[in-house]
Amino acid sequence: MTRRIEWIHGWLLLTPALVLLFAFTHVPAVKTIIDSFFSTPRGARPATFVGTANYEFLLNDATFWRVLENNALYALVTIPVSIALAIAMALWVDGKLKGRGFVRMAYFAPTVLPLIATANIWMFFYTPGFGLIDQVRALFGGAQVNWLGDPQLVLGAVMVVAIWKEAGFFMIFYLAALQSIPPSLREAAAIEGASRWTFFRRVTFPLLMPTTLFVSINAVINAVRLVDHIFVMTEGGPDNHSSLLLYYIYETAFKFWDTAYASTLTVVVLAILSVLAIGQFHLIDRRVHYR
Amino acid sequence: MSILKKAGMLAGAAALGAMLSTSAQAVELQFFFPVAVGGKAAQTIEDLTNDYVKANPDVTIDAVYAGSYQDTITKTLTAVRGGTPPQLSVILSVDMFTLIEEDAIVAFEDVIEDGADQAWLDAFYPAFMDNSTTGGKTYGIPFQRSTPVLYWNKEAFAEAGLDPETPPANWEEQVEFGKKLTKRDADGNVTQWGVRIPSSGFPYWLFQGLTTQNDVILANDAGNETNFDDPKVIEALQYLVDLSTKHEVMQPGIIEWGATPKAFFEGQTAMMWTTTGNLTNVRENAPFDFGVGMLPAKVRPGAPTGGGNFYIFKDSTDAQQKASLDFIKWISAPEQAARWSIATGYVAPRPDAWETPAMKEYVEGFPQAKVARDQLEYAVAELATYQNQRITTILNDALEAAITGQKDPKTALDEAQAQADRILSAYR
Repeated sequence: MTRRIEWIHGWLLLTPALVLLFAFTHVPAVKTIIDSFFSTPRGARPATFVGTANYEFLLNDATFWRVLENNALYALVTIPVSIALAIAMALWVDGKLKGRGFVRMAYFAPTVLPLIATANIWMFFYTPGFGLIDQVRALFGGAQVNWLGDPQLVLGAVMVVAIWKEAGFFMIFYLAALQSIPPSLREAAAIEGASRWTFFRRVTFPLLMPTTLFVSINAVINAVRLVDHIFVMTEGGPDNHSSLLLYYIYETAFKFWDTAYASTLTVVVLAILSVLAIGQFHLIDRRVHYR
Repeated sequence: MSILKKAGMLAGAAALGAMLSTSAQAVELQFFFPVAVGGKAAQTIEDLTNDYVKANPDVTIDAVYAGSYQDTITKTLTAVRGGTPPQLSVILSVDMFTLIEEDAIVAFEDVIEDGADQAWLDAFYPAFMDNSTTGGKTYGIPFQRSTPVLYWNKEAFAEAGLDPETPPANWEEQVEFGKKLTKRDADGNVTQWGVRIPSSGFPYWLFQGLTTQNDVILANDAGNETNFDDPKVIEALQYLVDLSTKHEVMQPGIIEWGATPKAFFEGQTAMMWTTTGNLTNVRENAPFDFGVGMLPAKVRPGAPTGGGNFYIFKDSTDAQQKASLDFIKWISAPEQAARWSIATGYVAPRPDAWETPAMKEYVEGFPQAKVARDQLEYAVAELATYQNQRITTILNDALEAAITGQKDPKTALDEAQAQADRILSAYR
């Protein structure tokens, strides 16, 4: 009897969280998968079952492949660069230096600012002719560069904004991890005569691995999730050269109102992200030293 | 006990319902509106709505600012699908086909009652009605409508040895003037471009100016057939591309819309094509004397129209639809249309609005405001089709590919036509 009451009690405690989780995560996810096998309902025309037609369309959708390629390149560049920058900045502000508090704040500031607002500022930086970057370049006799209007440059330009935004955020995690490394390790290494580089490579970096795992999973998610600046800066242009997966899904769902195809795209992105996250856990987990 | 309680509650609810239904003489309307330009647009709409409600105590209007045009159609369609549409809304005129396909709106012919109402419908500029009617029925009433015009810097014209009072009249002159106006420093870097036709986000709109001038339309009235691969369309795109590549009078690559007025103020460009919605902005911020003219002609003068219309939504009571119609009739009447036009720079959509004393006085002091109205004679409907956003995105992508040199104009437009055909064939 008491066991039964305990059991009911336990489920009752779980209920609020479960209801929210199901209502806002699991049910929509399942609904999305189901919707991807139907056509888009429009006014008088209800949705009909179309099998894998949406997926076949996706395979032949040149825009999807362009966007996927963009996003892959975007992730491959922004993730390692922002993590490397984050470690470098954390090491720098972890040491003894004057005005440490100010430098830490300066590094963290981009994280606090809303991306929409900063994207507008970056747009001014990039403006050809009278933008900040071109004004500085003009001092050295540089010609105007249309950073956001050139398909070769535009993805790089939005990557810089993402790295600038992310590095400071990741730095905070590394800083916390660095401060939990016992100073006795450094003293022991100093007695052994290890160089600073050896100490970083053999002691600090391995001890930071749990943080790196956490940060890299976050970075992968953000590489798909953070698209606010695309809305403000380029709207995916020119000719989809700066469009990312989530932006394309938004466009399909809320500009084209093709909700079925948007569901299909969502399912594919979900699948890619799941595979990546599982892979990351399995691959890096072996090399992570938990204490 | 619980049965008694329930019965009591039911009785209470019934009483409350009866009370509500007897006191609900006032018609409640929800009204979504977008704001696409800065300045006093939102305030003016709210003021106008309040004035109407004051004069008509049997109607309450809940005017909801819904964001950009894109946000407004998104919110409205979400509400329609959720079964709680607004009773009326201002949405882009080109979204008419989307709203019809969603079965969301009613034709004004189904709501109006008599000949007077029909006369009211007939009094708008025909150029604006092109985007508001299909299949012989009117679905939208022009409200915040605009058209692109040419702005030029009179000081730069004088400096280049051109007559500061004469803008280029045709495509050839635009290139010729542009060459005189483009200035380079000792390193050969450009410090002032001749002309600026912005192409970010929605290049199709200004491009439609070029195609109209070349005497070709981009889509049919039924909204199910596009004309992207017509040789005249290709010629228009070739001209746009040549402005930067061959003639070198315009900045190469995609040109940002938002930064265009600023580039004009900074002397980065001596001429710009942009919407009349920027008129008040330019008047207040340009540090030099500027002129406003019609877009240069090719075979003929021409420009598209743009902007938003009033729509009445289907899922409302008859009383609500009547009240919505009455409100739209009031706000589009000459006095109110003039007030709206003066506050924002949007083109007053009816000839009689231009005859009001307020409007006459405004035009007297600021004759540039008249250019947009005079251009309406040559204006055509903005590109609008079924699946409009998808079709315009296809065209935008093709234009951007050509402008950035990824594809030549013919290839880009041929491909765009094939893609558009695949989507629109279902609607023929």
